[in-house]
Amino acid sequence: MQTSRILVQTADFNVPEEYQRIAADHQDGAVVTFVGKVRDFNEGNQISDLTLEHYPGMTEKVLEQIAAEARSRWPLNHLTIIHRVGTMHLGEQIVFIGVSSAHRKAAFAACEFLIDFLKTKAPFWKLESSDKGQGWVEARDADEQAAKAWEQ
Amino acid sequence: MINVLFFAQVRELLGESSLSIEAGSNTATADALRQTLAARSDKWGKVLASDKLLVAVNQTLCHWDTEINDGDEVAFFPPVTGG
Repeated sequence: MQTSRILVQTADFNVPEEYQRIAADHQDGAVVTFVGKVRDFNEGNQISDLTLEHYPGMTEKVLEQIAAEARSRWPLNHLTIIHRVGTMHLGEQIVFIGVSSAHRKAAFAACEFLIDFLKTKAPFWKLESSDKGQGWVEARDADEQAAKAWEQ
Repeated sequence: MINVLFFAQVRELLGESSLSIEAGSNTATADALRQTLAARSDKWGKVLASDKLLVAVNQTLCHWDTEINDGDEVAFFPPVTGG
């Protein structure tokens, strides 16, 4: 049976466990996963940690809509989106996207679509702590372009 | 009443995360509500004048001409940066 698992949580997630969940069915020949992490440099600032704020209620609603949109575009079986909130240190995992499908093209495309749309439509905001102090991360035009490309 | 929420940099700059405002002609649309709140002080005017400001009505991203009704939840926030 198809499953959609959508979670917003402070706790870390376990990639092998999440993989097992979506890779269990023999009808699926392809599983694609994406993990977003806190990286060391952003706009020349040396990052020590990130704090993720979100809009409880709207976040879950938007993630459900994005998942439904992905299912309408590609034949997906299992779909998981986990996004952490709160403070995360350098190297920690922030977001997990995983999908399974019969074939790889659908799985690759859906995974990329999900992260592109999540980045531009789900109400999360990053507050960055770096060697130069604290500041809100600016939205990137490149992310907006990536999401728009799916609408053509 | 209209329940108004602020997030991220908007919340931080205003120093408030939520407020309630009586529904009326000065809150008829998302833009009218924005202008009503912007009139509170120079600080509010400046923060809410940002051309990057986004608005969600009842947890759905909306255009500024969206109608606001009594009991609605309206949120103002900057462009999103998750993922």
